[in-house]
Amino acid sequence: MKEVVSTMAGLVIEVNVEIGQEVEVGQVIATLESMKMEIPVRSLEAGIVKKIKIEVDEFLDEGEVVLILE
Amino acid sequence: MGKIDNDFFDKENRIKMGGNQEYLAKLKANGRMFARDRLQLLLDEGSFMEDGLFARCEDERFPADGVVTGIGTIDGRTVCVMAQDASVKAGTLGRLTIEKMIRITEEAMKLKVPMIYLIDSAGGRLDEQFSIFLGRRHAGKFFWMQSRLSGVVPQICLMFGPSPAGSAYAPGMSDVVIMVDKNATAYLGSPRMSEMVTGEKVTLEEMGGARMHCTVSGLGDILVETELEAIETGKRYLSYFPQNWEEKTSLITPKDPVEGPGLEEIIPQSQAKAFDIRAVIKNVVDADSFMEFKELYATELVTGFARLSGRAIGILANQSQEKGGVLFPDSAEKGAHFVELCNAYNIPLLFLGDISGFMIGSRVEKAAIIRRGARFLKVIANSTVPKISLFIRKCSGAGYMAMGGASYGPDACLALSQVKPMLMGPEAAVNAIWANKIEEMDEKERMKFVMQKRKEYLEDANVWKGASELHFDAVIANCQVREELIKRFNYYCENRKVDDIGVKKRNPIYR
Repeated sequence: MKEVVSTMAGLVIEVNVEIGQEVEVGQVIATLESMKMEIPVRSLEAGIVKKIKIEVDEFLDEGEVVLILE
Repeated sequence: MGKIDNDFFDKENRIKMGGNQEYLAKLKANGRMFARDRLQLLLDEGSFMEDGLFARCEDERFPADGVVTGIGTIDGRTVCVMAQDASVKAGTLGRLTIEKMIRITEEAMKLKVPMIYLIDSAGGRLDEQFSIFLGRRHAGKFFWMQSRLSGVVPQICLMFGPSPAGSAYAPGMSDVVIMVDKNATAYLGSPRMSEMVTGEKVTLEEMGGARMHCTVSGLGDILVETELEAIETGKRYLSYFPQNWEEKTSLITPKDPVEGPGLEEIIPQSQAKAFDIRAVIKNVVDADSFMEFKELYATELVTGFARLSGRAIGILANQSQEKGGVLFPDSAEKGAHFVELCNAYNIPLLFLGDISGFMIGSRVEKAAIIRRGARFLKVIANSTVPKISLFIRKCSGAGYMAMGGASYGPDACLALSQVKPMLMGPEAAVNAIWANKIEEMDEKERMKFVMQKRKEYLEDANVWKGASELHFDAVIANCQVREELIKRFNYYCENRKVDDIGVKKRNPIYR
Protein backbone atom coordinates (compact mmCIF):
# COMPACT_ATOMS: atom_id res chain seq x y z
CA MET A 1 0.00 0.00 0.00
CA LYS A 2 1.42 3.35 -1.05
CA GLU A 3 0.21 6.81 -0.15
CA VAL A 4 0.31 9.68 -2.61
CA VAL A 5 0.49 13.07 -0.90
CA SER A 6 -0.07 16.61 -2.13
CA THR A 7 2.99 18.82 -2.58
CA MET A 8 0.99 22.00 -2.21
CA ALA A 9 -2.03 23.37 -0.36
CA GLY A 10 -5.10 24.32 -2.41
CA LEU A 11 -8.73 23.76 -3.32
CA VAL A 12 -9.47 20.53 -5.20
CA ILE A 13 -11.09 21.44 -8.53
CA GLU A 14 -10.75 18.12 -10.31
CA VAL A 15 -10.10 14.49 -9.41
CA ASN A 16 -8.68 12.74 -12.44
CA VAL A 17 -8.67 9.09 -11.36
CA GLU A 18 -11.17 6.41 -10.36
CA ILE A 19 -10.99 3.50 -7.97
CA GLY A 20 -9.41 0.46 -9.63
CA GLN A 21 -7.56 2.58 -12.18
CA GLU A 22 -3.88 1.98 -12.85
CA VAL A 23 -1.67 5.01 -12.17
CA GLU A 24 1.83 5.62 -13.48
CA VAL A 25 4.62 7.65 -11.92
CA GLY A 26 4.19 11.30 -12.89
CA GLN A 27 0.54 10.94 -13.88
CA VAL A 28 -1.73 13.85 -12.97
CA ILE A 29 -4.19 12.49 -10.41
CA ALA A 30 -5.93 15.70 -9.37
CA THR A 31 -5.92 19.41 -10.03
CA LEU A 32 -5.87 22.05 -7.31
CA GLU A 33 -6.53 25.73 -7.47
CA SER A 34 -4.05 27.67 -5.42
CA MET A 35 -2.38 31.05 -5.69
CA LYS A 36 -4.44 31.79 -8.82
CA MET A 37 -2.94 28.78 -10.57
CA GLU A 38 -4.18 25.37 -11.61
CA ILE A 39 -1.81 23.00 -9.88
CA PRO A 40 -1.49 19.50 -11.27
CA VAL A 41 -0.93 16.93 -8.49
CA ARG A 42 1.27 14.13 -9.81
CA SER A 43 1.68 10.64 -8.45
CA LEU A 44 5.18 9.82 -7.29
CA GLU A 45 4.26 6.15 -7.18
CA ALA A 46 2.80 3.62 -9.60
CA GLY A 47 -0.06 1.29 -8.65
CA ILE A 48 -3.77 0.66 -8.67
CA VAL A 49 -6.06 3.18 -6.97
CA LYS A 50 -7.51 1.63 -3.84
CA LYS A 51 -8.90 4.67 -2.12
CA ILE A 52 -9.48 8.32 -3.06
CA LYS A 53 -9.19 10.58 -0.02
CA ILE A 54 -10.23 13.89 -1.60
CA GLU A 55 -13.33 15.48 -3.08
CA VAL A 56 -13.93 18.41 -5.38
CA ASP A 57 -14.26 21.74 -3.52
CA GLU A 58 -12.37 20.38 -0.52
CA PHE A 59 -9.28 22.13 0.91
CA LEU A 60 -6.18 19.97 0.68
CA ASP A 61 -3.12 20.79 2.75
CA GLU A 62 0.48 20.18 1.74
CA GLY A 63 1.50 16.67 2.78
CA GLU A 64 -2.10 15.42 3.01
CA VAL A 65 -2.92 12.04 1.52
CA VAL A 66 -4.65 12.21 -1.88
CA LEU A 67 -4.74 8.56 -2.91
CA ILE A 68 -3.91 5.15 -1.59
CA LEU A 69 -2.44 2.82 -4.18
CA GLU A 70 -1.99 -0.93 -4.15
CA MET B 1 69.36 5.82 -16.41
CA GLY B 2 71.62 5.11 -13.49
CA LYS B 3 70.89 3.37 -10.20
CA ILE B 4 70.01 6.57 -8.35
CA ASP B 5 67.25 7.52 -10.77
CA ASN B 6 66.10 3.91 -11.00
CA ASP B 7 65.62 3.75 -7.24
CA PHE B 8 63.87 7.07 -7.35
CA PHE B 9 61.36 5.91 -9.97
CA ASP B 10 60.74 2.70 -8.03
CA LYS B 11 59.82 4.75 -5.00
CA GLU B 12 57.72 7.20 -6.98
CA ASN B 13 55.84 4.49 -8.84
CA ARG B 14 55.10 2.58 -5.67
CA ILE B 15 53.52 5.66 -4.13
CA LYS B 16 51.55 6.43 -7.30
CA MET B 17 49.94 2.97 -7.16
CA GLY B 18 48.01 4.06 -4.09
CA GLY B 19 47.34 2.02 -0.96
CA ASN B 20 45.48 -1.23 -0.44
CA GLN B 21 45.39 -2.91 -3.87
CA GLU B 22 42.73 -5.48 -2.94
CA TYR B 23 40.44 -2.76 -1.69
CA LEU B 24 41.14 -0.76 -4.84
CA ALA B 25 40.16 -3.72 -7.02
CA LYS B 26 36.93 -4.06 -5.05
CA LEU B 27 36.16 -0.37 -5.54
CA LYS B 28 36.84 -0.63 -9.26
CA ALA B 29 34.48 -3.62 -9.53
CA ASN B 30 31.78 -1.34 -8.12
CA GLY B 31 32.26 1.34 -10.78
CA ARG B 32 34.52 3.47 -8.62
CA MET B 33 37.85 4.82 -9.75
CA PHE B 34 41.28 5.29 -8.26
CA ALA B 35 41.87 8.94 -7.27
CA ARG B 36 44.66 9.36 -9.84
CA ASP B 37 42.50 7.93 -12.63
CA ARG B 38 39.83 10.49 -11.81
CA LEU B 39 42.39 13.25 -12.09
CA GLN B 40 43.58 11.90 -15.39
CA LEU B 41 40.05 12.16 -16.78
CA LEU B 42 39.54 15.61 -15.30
CA LEU B 43 42.76 17.27 -16.44
CA ASP B 44 44.29 17.85 -19.87
CA GLU B 45 46.76 15.13 -20.81
CA GLY B 46 50.22 15.65 -19.37
CA SER B 47 49.24 18.87 -17.59
CA PHE B 48 49.30 17.62 -14.00
CA MET B 49 52.06 18.84 -11.73
CA GLU B 50 52.04 17.30 -8.28
CA ASP B 51 53.22 18.55 -4.90
CA GLY B 52 53.49 16.53 -1.71
CA LEU B 53 53.72 13.13 -3.40
CA PHE B 54 56.32 12.14 -0.78
CA ALA B 55 54.26 13.13 2.23
CA ARG B 56 54.89 10.48 4.92
CA CYS B 57 56.97 8.51 2.38
CA GLU B 58 58.94 6.75 5.09
CA ASP B 59 55.84 4.85 6.14
CA GLU B 60 54.73 2.56 3.33
CA ARG B 61 51.19 2.31 4.66
CA PHE B 62 50.42 5.91 3.75
CA PRO B 63 51.18 6.63 0.06
CA ALA B 64 51.01 10.43 -0.43
CA ASP B 65 49.22 10.36 2.93
CA GLY B 66 45.90 9.65 1.23
CA VAL B 67 45.44 12.74 -0.90
CA VAL B 68 46.73 13.84 -4.30
CA THR B 69 47.25 17.59 -4.72
CA GLY B 70 48.60 19.74 -7.51
CA ILE B 71 48.01 22.01 -10.48
CA GLY B 72 46.81 21.12 -13.96
CA THR B 73 44.71 22.45 -16.80
CA ILE B 74 41.15 21.84 -17.99
CA ASP B 75 40.57 22.88 -21.61
CA GLY B 76 43.77 24.87 -21.30
CA ARG B 77 42.73 26.72 -18.13
CA THR B 78 44.85 26.39 -15.00
CA VAL B 79 43.14 24.83 -11.96
CA CYS B 80 44.21 23.54 -8.55
CA VAL B 81 43.00 20.07 -7.61
CA MET B 82 42.81 17.88 -4.56
CA ALA B 83 41.76 14.21 -4.82
CA GLN B 84 41.23 12.04 -1.75
CA ASP B 85 42.44 8.46 -2.14
CA ALA B 86 40.08 5.91 -0.60
CA SER B 87 42.70 3.15 -1.01
CA VAL B 88 44.85 4.74 1.69
CA LYS B 89 43.19 4.11 5.05
CA ALA B 90 39.76 4.74 3.48
CA GLY B 91 40.84 8.24 2.46
CA THR B 92 41.02 9.36 6.07
CA LEU B 93 42.69 12.64 6.98
CA GLY B 94 45.89 12.76 9.01
CA ARG B 95 48.19 15.65 9.88
CA LEU B 96 50.00 15.75 6.55
CA THR B 97 46.87 15.01 4.52
CA ILE B 98 45.38 18.16 5.98
CA GLU B 99 48.57 20.16 5.48
CA LYS B 100 48.49 19.21 1.78
CA MET B 101 44.82 20.17 1.51
CA ILE B 102 45.52 23.55 3.09
CA ARG B 103 48.55 24.21 0.87
CA ILE B 104 46.67 23.55 -2.36
CA THR B 105 43.90 25.98 -1.38
CA GLU B 106 46.61 28.55 -0.58
CA GLU B 107 48.05 27.93 -4.05
CA ALA B 108 44.61 28.54 -5.62
CA MET B 109 44.35 31.79 -3.66
CA LYS B 110 47.82 32.88 -4.80
CA LEU B 111 47.31 31.99 -8.46
CA LYS B 112 43.64 33.08 -8.48
CA VAL B 113 42.56 29.93 -10.26
CA PRO B 114 39.58 27.60 -9.70
CA MET B 115 39.85 24.99 -6.95
CA ILE B 116 38.42 21.53 -7.54
CA TYR B 117 37.84 19.02 -4.74
CA LEU B 118 37.45 15.30 -5.50
CA ILE B 119 35.93 13.93 -2.32
CA ASP B 120 36.13 10.33 -1.11
CA SER B 121 37.13 10.14 2.55
CA ALA B 122 36.01 8.41 5.72
CA GLY B 123 36.86 11.52 7.78
CA GLY B 124 39.55 12.44 10.29
CA ARG B 125 41.99 9.81 11.62
CA LEU B 126 41.00 9.41 15.25
CA ASP B 127 44.38 7.92 16.15
CA GLU B 128 45.96 11.20 15.03
CA GLN B 129 43.34 13.37 16.71
CA PHE B 130 45.72 15.73 18.51
CA SER B 131 47.54 16.39 15.25
CA ILE B 132 44.47 17.24 13.22
CA PHE B 133 41.90 19.33 15.00
CA LEU B 134 43.25 21.69 17.65
CA GLY B 135 46.06 23.52 15.91
CA ARG B 136 46.37 26.55 13.69
CA ARG B 137 47.03 24.50 10.59
CA HIS B 138 44.71 21.62 11.39
CA ALA B 139 41.38 20.67 9.76
CA GLY B 140 39.58 23.90 10.65
CA LYS B 141 42.16 25.85 8.65
CA PHE B 142 41.12 24.00 5.50
CA PHE B 143 37.48 25.03 5.95
CA TRP B 144 38.66 28.54 6.82
CA MET B 145 40.59 28.63 3.53
CA GLN B 146 37.52 27.41 1.66
CA SER B 147 35.52 30.23 3.24
CA ARG B 148 38.19 32.78 2.33
CA LEU B 149 38.32 31.50 -1.24
CA SER B 150 34.56 31.86 -1.56
CA GLY B 151 33.81 34.51 -4.15
CA VAL B 152 37.49 34.79 -5.12
CA VAL B 153 37.82 31.67 -7.29
CA PRO B 154 35.20 29.08 -8.29
CA GLN B 155 35.21 26.08 -5.92
CA ILE B 156 33.81 22.89 -7.39
CA CYS B 157 33.18 19.83 -5.25
CA LEU B 158 32.87 16.44 -6.95
CA MET B 159 31.65 13.82 -4.50
CA PHE B 160 32.46 10.21 -5.34
CA GLY B 161 32.28 8.65 -1.90
CA PRO B 162 31.66 9.56 1.71
CA SER B 163 32.36 12.84 3.46
CA PRO B 164 31.36 12.31 7.08
CA ALA B 165 31.55 14.42 10.24
CA GLY B 166 33.88 17.42 9.95
CA SER B 167 34.66 16.53 6.33
CA ALA B 168 31.02 17.19 5.49
CA TYR B 169 31.83 20.89 5.58
CA ALA B 170 33.98 20.53 2.45
CA PRO B 171 30.89 20.33 0.22
CA GLY B 172 29.11 22.79 2.49
CA MET B 173 31.79 25.44 1.83
CA SER B 174 32.00 24.86 -1.94
CA ASP B 175 30.13 26.84 -4.62
CA VAL B 176 28.67 23.77 -6.26
CA VAL B 177 28.38 20.11 -5.23
CA ILE B 178 28.10 17.34 -7.80
CA MET B 179 27.20 13.96 -6.24
CA VAL B 180 27.34 10.43 -7.63
CA ASP B 181 24.06 8.68 -6.89
CA LYS B 182 24.24 5.76 -4.42
CA ASN B 183 27.96 6.32 -3.66
CA ALA B 184 28.38 9.88 -2.43
CA THR B 185 27.24 10.66 1.10
CA ALA B 186 27.61 13.51 3.55
CA TYR B 187 26.54 13.49 7.18
CA LEU B 188 27.73 14.85 10.50
CA GLY B 189 27.04 11.67 12.45
CA SER B 190 26.79 8.18 10.92
CA PRO B 191 23.64 6.06 11.32
CA ARG B 192 25.60 3.94 13.82
CA MET B 193 26.50 7.00 15.85
CA SER B 194 22.99 8.36 15.68
CA GLU B 195 21.51 5.11 16.94
CA MET B 196 23.95 5.15 19.82
CA VAL B 197 23.48 8.80 20.78
CA THR B 198 19.83 9.56 20.02
CA GLY B 199 18.26 6.18 19.31
CA GLU B 200 17.30 7.11 15.74
CA LYS B 201 17.39 4.17 13.34
CA VAL B 202 18.08 5.29 9.80
CA THR B 203 19.92 4.04 6.71
CA LEU B 204 22.99 5.82 5.36
CA GLU B 205 21.14 6.64 2.14
CA GLU B 206 18.25 8.25 4.06
CA MET B 207 20.60 10.06 6.39
CA GLY B 208 23.06 11.53 3.92
CA GLY B 209 22.68 9.95 0.49
CA ALA B 210 23.33 11.86 -2.72
CA ARG B 211 19.68 11.75 -3.77
CA MET B 212 18.49 13.02 -0.40
CA HIS B 213 20.95 15.92 -0.53
CA CYS B 214 20.02 16.82 -4.12
CA THR B 215 16.25 16.67 -3.53
CA VAL B 216 15.65 17.54 0.14
CA SER B 217 18.52 19.29 1.92
CA GLY B 218 19.88 21.19 -1.08
CA LEU B 219 23.50 20.48 -0.10
CA GLY B 220 23.89 18.65 -3.42
CA ASP B 221 23.35 20.71 -6.56
CA ILE B 222 23.70 18.17 -9.36
CA LEU B 223 23.00 14.43 -9.11
CA VAL B 224 24.83 12.17 -11.57
CA GLU B 225 24.80 8.43 -12.24
CA THR B 226 28.50 7.66 -12.73
CA GLU B 227 31.93 8.94 -11.74
CA LEU B 228 32.70 9.81 -15.36
CA GLU B 229 29.51 11.85 -15.54
CA ALA B 230 30.53 13.70 -12.37
CA ILE B 231 33.86 14.65 -13.96
CA GLU B 232 32.26 15.73 -17.26
CA THR B 233 29.62 17.72 -15.38
CA GLY B 234 32.29 19.49 -13.32
CA LYS B 235 34.14 20.48 -16.49
CA ARG B 236 30.96 21.69 -18.14
CA TYR B 237 30.04 23.76 -15.09
CA LEU B 238 33.48 25.37 -15.09
CA SER B 239 33.11 26.32 -18.75
CA TYR B 240 30.52 28.96 -17.81
CA PHE B 241 32.85 30.55 -15.24
CA PRO B 242 35.88 32.83 -15.42
CA GLN B 243 39.11 31.99 -13.54
CA ASN B 244 38.34 34.33 -10.68
CA TRP B 245 36.13 37.18 -9.51
CA GLU B 246 38.06 39.82 -11.47
CA GLU B 247 37.68 38.19 -14.87
CA LYS B 248 34.79 37.96 -17.28
CA THR B 249 33.62 34.70 -18.84
CA SER B 250 34.81 34.06 -22.37
CA LEU B 251 32.54 34.50 -25.38
CA ILE B 252 32.34 31.30 -27.42
CA THR B 253 31.02 30.70 -30.94
CA PRO B 254 27.29 31.44 -30.98
CA LYS B 255 24.79 28.76 -31.96
CA ASP B 256 21.17 29.14 -33.06
CA PRO B 257 18.57 27.79 -30.64
CA VAL B 258 17.02 24.40 -31.34
CA GLU B 259 14.16 24.63 -33.78
CA GLY B 260 10.69 24.24 -32.38
CA PRO B 261 7.45 26.05 -31.62
CA GLY B 262 7.69 29.78 -30.89
CA LEU B 263 6.98 31.45 -27.54
CA GLU B 264 3.45 32.43 -28.56
CA GLU B 265 2.67 28.73 -28.99
CA ILE B 266 4.55 27.60 -25.87
CA ILE B 267 3.08 30.05 -23.36
CA PRO B 268 -0.60 29.25 -22.61
CA GLN B 269 -3.04 32.11 -23.06
CA SER B 270 -4.77 31.25 -19.80
CA GLN B 271 -2.93 32.83 -16.89
CA ALA B 272 -3.70 29.82 -14.69
CA LYS B 273 -2.53 26.99 -16.92
CA ALA B 274 0.68 25.18 -16.05
CA PHE B 275 3.39 24.55 -18.65
CA ASP B 276 7.09 23.72 -18.78
CA ILE B 277 9.14 26.93 -18.62
CA ARG B 278 12.20 25.04 -19.89
CA ALA B 279 10.60 25.10 -23.34
CA VAL B 280 10.83 28.92 -23.22
CA ILE B 281 14.47 28.80 -22.12
CA LYS B 282 15.40 26.36 -24.89
CA ASN B 283 13.62 28.51 -27.45
CA VAL B 284 15.72 31.53 -26.48
CA VAL B 285 19.26 30.28 -25.70
CA ASP B 286 21.95 28.73 -27.93
CA ALA B 287 21.26 25.08 -28.79
CA ASP B 288 22.32 22.55 -26.11
CA SER B 289 23.74 25.27 -23.90
CA PHE B 290 21.32 25.08 -20.96
CA MET B 291 22.76 23.43 -17.84
CA GLU B 292 20.30 23.21 -14.98
CA PHE B 293 21.48 23.96 -11.44
CA LYS B 294 19.65 22.27 -8.55
CA GLU B 295 17.30 20.58 -11.01
CA LEU B 296 15.80 18.29 -8.37
CA TYR B 297 15.49 20.79 -5.53
CA ALA B 298 12.71 23.40 -5.06
CA THR B 299 11.63 22.73 -8.63
CA GLU B 300 9.12 25.60 -8.74
CA LEU B 301 12.07 27.86 -9.55
CA VAL B 302 14.29 26.76 -12.43
CA THR B 303 17.89 27.98 -12.25
CA GLY B 304 20.69 27.28 -14.67
CA PHE B 305 23.49 28.45 -16.92
CA ALA B 306 23.21 28.95 -20.65
CA ARG B 307 24.82 30.72 -23.59
CA LEU B 308 23.09 33.54 -25.37
CA SER B 309 24.87 34.21 -28.64
CA GLY B 310 27.97 32.66 -27.08
CA ARG B 311 27.81 34.68 -23.85
CA ALA B 312 27.43 32.81 -20.53
CA ILE B 313 24.35 33.91 -18.59
CA GLY B 314 22.53 32.71 -15.48
CA ILE B 315 18.77 32.19 -15.76
CA LEU B 316 16.10 32.16 -13.04
CA ALA B 317 12.62 31.20 -14.21
CA ASN B 318 9.32 30.42 -12.52
CA GLN B 319 8.15 26.89 -13.29
CA SER B 320 4.33 26.95 -13.33
CA GLN B 321 4.05 23.18 -13.66
CA GLU B 322 5.60 22.72 -10.21
CA LYS B 323 3.60 24.21 -7.34
CA GLY B 324 2.25 26.80 -9.77
CA GLY B 325 5.67 28.45 -9.99
CA VAL B 326 4.97 30.15 -6.67
CA LEU B 327 8.02 31.01 -4.55
CA PHE B 328 8.45 28.90 -1.40
CA PRO B 329 11.09 29.20 1.36
CA ASP B 330 13.32 26.60 -0.33
CA SER B 331 13.02 28.13 -3.79
CA ALA B 332 13.74 31.61 -2.40
CA GLU B 333 16.94 30.24 -0.86
CA LYS B 334 17.79 28.43 -4.09
CA GLY B 335 17.35 31.71 -5.97
CA ALA B 336 19.56 33.55 -3.48
CA HIS B 337 22.32 30.94 -3.83
CA PHE B 338 22.17 31.12 -7.61
CA VAL B 339 22.22 34.93 -7.79
CA GLU B 340 25.21 35.06 -5.41
CA LEU B 341 27.03 32.47 -7.49
CA CYS B 342 26.54 34.40 -10.73
CA ASN B 343 27.20 37.76 -9.15
CA ALA B 344 30.46 36.56 -7.59
CA TYR B 345 31.87 35.55 -10.98
CA ASN B 346 30.46 38.23 -13.27
CA ILE B 347 27.84 36.11 -14.98
CA PRO B 348 24.94 38.33 -16.16
CA LEU B 349 21.46 37.36 -15.02
CA LEU B 350 18.22 36.83 -16.89
CA PHE B 351 14.99 36.57 -14.91
CA LEU B 352 12.02 34.99 -16.71
CA GLY B 353 9.05 36.05 -14.61
CA ASP B 354 5.75 34.16 -14.58
CA ILE B 355 4.84 34.58 -10.98
CA SER B 356 1.75 34.88 -8.85
CA GLY B 357 3.75 35.59 -5.71
CA PHE B 358 5.32 34.12 -2.61
CA MET B 359 3.35 31.25 -1.06
CA ILE B 360 1.04 32.11 1.81
CA GLY B 361 -0.20 30.04 4.75
CA SER B 362 0.85 28.93 8.21
CA ARG B 363 3.11 26.18 6.92
CA VAL B 364 5.36 28.53 4.96
CA GLU B 365 5.34 31.15 7.70
CA LYS B 366 6.78 28.53 10.05
CA ALA B 367 9.35 27.66 7.39
CA ALA B 368 10.48 31.33 7.42
CA ILE B 369 9.09 32.49 4.09
CA ILE B 370 9.64 36.12 5.14
CA ARG B 371 13.22 35.70 6.37
CA ARG B 372 14.31 33.46 3.51
CA GLY B 373 12.34 35.47 0.95
CA ALA B 374 13.97 38.66 2.25
CA ARG B 375 17.37 37.06 1.80
CA PHE B 376 16.57 36.42 -1.86
CA LEU B 377 15.40 40.01 -2.35
CA LYS B 378 18.45 41.39 -0.56
CA VAL B 379 20.87 39.33 -2.63
CA ILE B 380 19.28 40.60 -5.86
CA ALA B 381 19.36 44.21 -4.65
CA ASN B 382 23.05 43.95 -3.78
CA SER B 383 24.08 42.15 -6.96
CA THR B 384 26.02 44.22 -9.49
CA VAL B 385 26.12 42.08 -12.65
CA PRO B 386 24.05 43.11 -15.68
CA LYS B 387 20.48 42.00 -15.07
CA ILE B 388 17.50 41.78 -17.39
CA SER B 389 14.06 40.78 -16.19
CA LEU B 390 11.54 39.63 -18.74
CA PHE B 391 7.98 39.02 -17.60
CA ILE B 392 6.25 36.52 -19.83
CA ARG B 393 2.76 36.07 -18.33
CA LYS B 394 1.89 36.49 -14.65
CA CYS B 395 3.43 39.32 -12.70
CA SER B 396 2.09 39.65 -9.16
CA GLY B 397 2.85 40.79 -5.67
CA ALA B 398 6.28 40.63 -4.06
CA GLY B 399 7.13 37.88 -6.54
CA TYR B 400 7.49 40.69 -9.07
CA MET B 401 10.36 42.16 -7.04
CA ALA B 402 11.99 38.76 -6.58
CA MET B 403 11.99 38.22 -10.32
CA GLY B 404 13.88 41.45 -10.87
CA GLY B 405 10.95 43.87 -11.15
CA ALA B 406 11.68 47.53 -11.94
CA SER B 407 12.16 48.56 -8.32
CA TYR B 408 14.88 45.90 -7.95
CA GLY B 409 17.20 47.74 -10.28
CA PRO B 410 17.55 45.56 -13.38
CA ASP B 411 19.30 47.15 -16.35
CA ALA B 412 16.02 46.56 -18.15
CA CYS B 413 12.58 45.47 -17.02
CA LEU B 414 10.81 44.00 -20.06
CA ALA B 415 7.41 42.44 -20.64
CA LEU B 416 5.68 40.46 -23.34
CA SER B 417 2.39 41.98 -24.42
CA GLN B 418 0.28 39.23 -22.79
CA VAL B 419 1.59 40.11 -19.29
CA LYS B 420 -1.04 41.00 -16.69
CA PRO B 421 0.50 42.86 -13.77
CA MET B 422 -1.60 42.88 -10.59
CA LEU B 423 -0.84 43.23 -6.92
CA MET B 424 -3.23 40.39 -6.09
CA GLY B 425 -5.75 38.22 -7.94
CA PRO B 426 -9.21 39.54 -8.89
CA GLU B 427 -11.11 37.44 -6.31
CA ALA B 428 -9.12 38.62 -3.33
CA ALA B 429 -8.78 42.18 -4.62
CA VAL B 430 -12.51 42.74 -5.24
CA ASN B 431 -13.36 41.33 -1.81
CA ALA B 432 -10.82 43.63 -0.18
CA ILE B 433 -11.68 46.83 -2.06
CA TRP B 434 -15.50 46.49 -1.85
CA ALA B 435 -15.81 44.59 1.44
CA ASN B 436 -18.37 46.93 3.04
CA LYS B 437 -20.48 47.35 -0.05
CA ILE B 438 -20.58 43.60 -0.74
CA GLU B 439 -21.67 43.01 2.84
CA GLU B 440 -24.70 45.30 2.45
CA MET B 441 -26.01 43.68 -0.75
CA ASP B 442 -28.46 40.81 -1.05
CA GLU B 443 -27.16 37.62 -2.56
CA LYS B 444 -28.39 38.06 -6.13
CA GLU B 445 -27.17 41.64 -6.35
CA ARG B 446 -23.87 40.72 -4.72
CA MET B 447 -23.06 37.98 -7.24
CA LYS B 448 -23.68 40.30 -10.18
CA PHE B 449 -21.67 43.11 -8.62
CA VAL B 450 -18.70 40.89 -7.73
CA MET B 451 -18.53 39.35 -11.20
CA GLN B 452 -18.68 42.78 -12.84
CA LYS B 453 -15.93 44.18 -10.60
CA ARG B 454 -13.69 41.16 -11.17
CA LYS B 455 -14.09 41.61 -14.93
CA GLU B 456 -13.19 45.30 -14.67
CA TYR B 457 -10.20 44.50 -12.44
CA LEU B 458 -8.90 41.95 -14.93
CA GLU B 459 -9.37 44.28 -17.91
CA ASP B 460 -7.55 46.98 -16.02
CA ALA B 461 -4.57 44.70 -15.36
CA ASN B 462 -2.74 44.87 -18.66
CA VAL B 463 0.79 45.48 -19.76
CA TRP B 464 0.07 48.90 -21.26
CA LYS B 465 -0.75 50.37 -17.87
CA GLY B 466 2.82 49.57 -16.78
CA ALA B 467 4.38 50.55 -20.10
CA SER B 468 2.72 53.94 -20.40
CA GLU B 469 4.06 54.88 -16.96
CA LEU B 470 7.59 53.70 -17.96
CA HIS B 471 7.59 50.89 -15.38
CA PHE B 472 8.46 48.52 -18.19
CA ASP B 473 11.37 49.79 -20.24
CA ALA B 474 10.01 47.99 -23.27
CA VAL B 475 7.18 45.73 -24.27
CA ILE B 476 8.33 43.18 -26.81
CA ALA B 477 6.76 40.64 -29.13
CA ASN B 478 7.09 36.92 -28.42
CA CYS B 479 9.05 36.44 -31.64
CA GLN B 480 11.61 39.16 -30.75
CA VAL B 481 12.81 37.84 -27.39
CA ARG B 482 16.13 36.26 -28.37
CA GLU B 483 17.34 39.13 -30.56
CA GLU B 484 16.28 41.71 -27.99
CA LEU B 485 18.11 39.94 -25.15
CA ILE B 486 21.29 39.45 -27.17
CA LYS B 487 21.39 43.12 -28.08
CA ARG B 488 20.71 44.30 -24.55
CA PHE B 489 23.28 42.01 -22.88
CA ASN B 490 25.88 43.19 -25.40
CA TYR B 491 25.29 46.80 -24.39
CA TYR B 492 24.99 46.19 -20.66
CA CYS B 493 28.14 44.07 -20.42
CA GLU B 494 30.30 46.72 -22.06
CA ASN B 495 32.61 48.89 -19.87
CA ARG B 496 30.64 48.07 -16.80
CA LYS B 497 31.56 49.80 -13.57
CA VAL B 498 30.27 48.44 -10.32
CA ASP B 499 27.87 50.85 -8.65
CA ASP B 500 29.66 52.21 -5.59
CA ILE B 501 27.49 53.44 -2.76
CA GLY B 502 30.48 54.99 -1.02
CA VAL B 503 30.83 52.68 1.99
CA LYS B 504 34.28 51.09 2.17
CA LYS B 505 33.57 48.13 4.41
CA ARG B 506 30.16 46.89 3.52
CA ASN B 507 28.85 43.51 4.50
CA PRO B 508 25.14 42.98 3.85
CA ILE B 509 23.62 40.71 6.47
CA TYR B 510 21.88 37.65 5.09
CA ARG B 511 19.87 36.14 7.92
